[in-house]
Amino acid sequence: MNHILPLFIAFPLGAAFLMLILAKLWRRIGGLFAFLISLCLVIFSISNIGKEPSIYRMGNWPPPWGIVLVSDGLSTLLLLTISVIAFLVIIFSLQYMDRYTAKPKYYALFMLLVGGMNGVVLTGDFFNLFVFLEIASIASYALVAFGCEHEELEASFKYLILSGVASTFILLGIAILYSLTGTLNMADVARTIGTKGVNSAVLFCTSLFIMGFGLKAALVPFHPWLPDAHPAAPAPISAMLSGVLIKALGVYALIRLIFNVFGLSSFISSVLMVLGGLSMVVAGLLAIGQDDLKRMLAYSSISQIGYVVVGLALGTPLGIVGGLFHLMNHATFKALLFLSSGAIEYSTDTRKLSLMGGLSQRMPVTTTSATVGFLSISGVPPLNGFWSKLIIVIALVQAGHYILASVAVLVSFLTILYFMKVQRNLFFGDLPAKLAKIKEVPSLMRIALVVLAIMCLAMGLLYPLLSSTVLNPARDVLLKGTAYVQTVFGL
Amino acid sequence: MTEPDEGMTLIVKTIGRLVLNFILLFGIYIILYGHLTPGGGFPGGVIVATGFILLMLSFGRRIALKKFGDLAASLLDNLGALAFLIVAFLGFVGGYFFLNFIDRGTPFDLFSAGTLPLSNIAIGLKVSASLYGVFVALAIFGKAIVGGDRTGKGKAEGEPANSQEQKG
Repeated sequence: MNHILPLFIAFPLGAAFLMLILAKLWRRIGGLFAFLISLCLVIFSISNIGKEPSIYRMGNWPPPWGIVLVSDGLSTLLLLTISVIAFLVIIFSLQYMDRYTAKPKYYALFMLLVGGMNGVVLTGDFFNLFVFLEIASIASYALVAFGCEHEELEASFKYLILSGVASTFILLGIAILYSLTGTLNMADVARTIGTKGVNSAVLFCTSLFIMGFGLKAALVPFHPWLPDAHPAAPAPISAMLSGVLIKALGVYALIRLIFNVFGLSSFISSVLMVLGGLSMVVAGLLAIGQDDLKRMLAYSSISQIGYVVVGLALGTPLGIVGGLFHLMNHATFKALLFLSSGAIEYSTDTRKLSLMGGLSQRMPVTTTSATVGFLSISGVPPLNGFWSKLIIVIALVQAGHYILASVAVLVSFLTILYFMKVQRNLFFGDLPAKLAKIKEVPSLMRIALVVLAIMCLAMGLLYPLLSSTVLNPARDVLLKGTAYVQTVFGL
Repeated sequence: MTEPDEGMTLIVKTIGRLVLNFILLFGIYIILYGHLTPGGGFPGGVIVATGFILLMLSFGRRIALKKFGDLAASLLDNLGALAFLIVAFLGFVGGYFFLNFIDRGTPFDLFSAGTLPLSNIAIGLKVSASLYGVFVALAIFGKAIVGGDRTGKGKAEGEPANSQEQKG
């Protein structure tokens, strides 16, 4: 029994409410508190690496009657990603958020977001999954609207409506599954489906979940909220949303259900691969034309999520490792890029590419770290993005999907193309007279950027270490499929 | 004559004053008997919140806020959530998060079911305070926008209505 597991959820939730009370006494406590809690979560999640799969019975009620938290390779990977990115984003926020008011509320919502995501990743219960999904989603609606101006409110409203539709689909799917199987425990549902066989109602639920979680993950036909919501949020929140939220709420939940509860069939696999391929191409093409830096990054997120989904849906060991590795890598470099865009906006007060230029003269640290991020996302060796894309392409070729493999390579060129454009418009060329007096960002923001840039390099170079400790256990969870039932009931 | 800001007619005020106590009592009953009868912290909390909303609708914003201000609402909101979490953490006394560590007592007694009534009270506190808080926020912000005295410009006004978080 691993007593750390409930703390992953209880600490951030408790911190969120406690800090709102304490902030009435001392306004600056929010940042300090959030820093300490996220540091705790990083330590917990690192200590969780390499442990055997375990479950935690809430209130000592055995499954399927009580709620269980399940910690296995896949959730360990996601927990690590969430807590490391959240920690660095908090460090960045400490100075970035100085220009906003209501900081305690920002940190409280941030903690709710983290707590909700940790809950989604850990829970082994369908309804609990839905509740945590809503906690994280509602916190993110409020955070997207945090600037309280026209653009933010509109984006948040659009996000709220579309995401609400997704939640409704997910809830409907859960309700139908409950009426089919009479249980809400994921492993028990998997067991019942295993004995009864997959009928059309189960397939209908699967399609509801693909729609619902696909919308949370912003796969292409379901993506329109993302290019509005992610740029409108404050930069640290964009980093959290693009970096981890769409993965924890969308991709993780989807693959957990499809691999471990329903079992991956070739039909579902091809549906997901089509969605993933579509996301790669469409969002990649849309990204080229953008003039708003953060909007371009948002489109690029959709495109990269396409890679992750294609790799995972392939279902081969190599494809899954590639998908999971790209998931971690994308969290790193997209957090880096969104934070860099925040740093640039902090100094120049604009996000329009056409209004900038020559920033490398005035902001060397931001330029260097952002360049690492651009190179990494475009897949330049030896940075991490190169390896994960390479693995996905090799896996596609091995499985005989030559068209998709060439699409993946082609989209990689597209990525280089639009990031070359960003690079040229932002950092090279002449410094506009308006921006002649800009300064490099404050120290804590620089630290977060540099650490993320080093991580991009380290994750590429230390791939063997990463794969033996984190990626392979996660891959095994997905490959074993519905053997998830034994993990939950056998312990 | 009363201003439009000062609530509704005398009839509504009188009836509201009479009914308010019963609404609050009924809400508290639903919360306290949550482990025995249908209901519990959430529905009971909603009923208590509607009692205060009735107060605000019939007597106007000023009087209602004097009785139950927005600061008190947000404080109780957070305290309710924390109390719920503390009950969960106390389960570690018996070795498990959320463990029902108090003696269960005889079924169908008011003082039975261990930690469940405590959790219900915490949820009731949280839900009533936060729903009332949402209503207050809507009332204040609605007034601010309609009245045209929305002074703060730009990012400085980043004070979103609190207590939009999850409810129990």
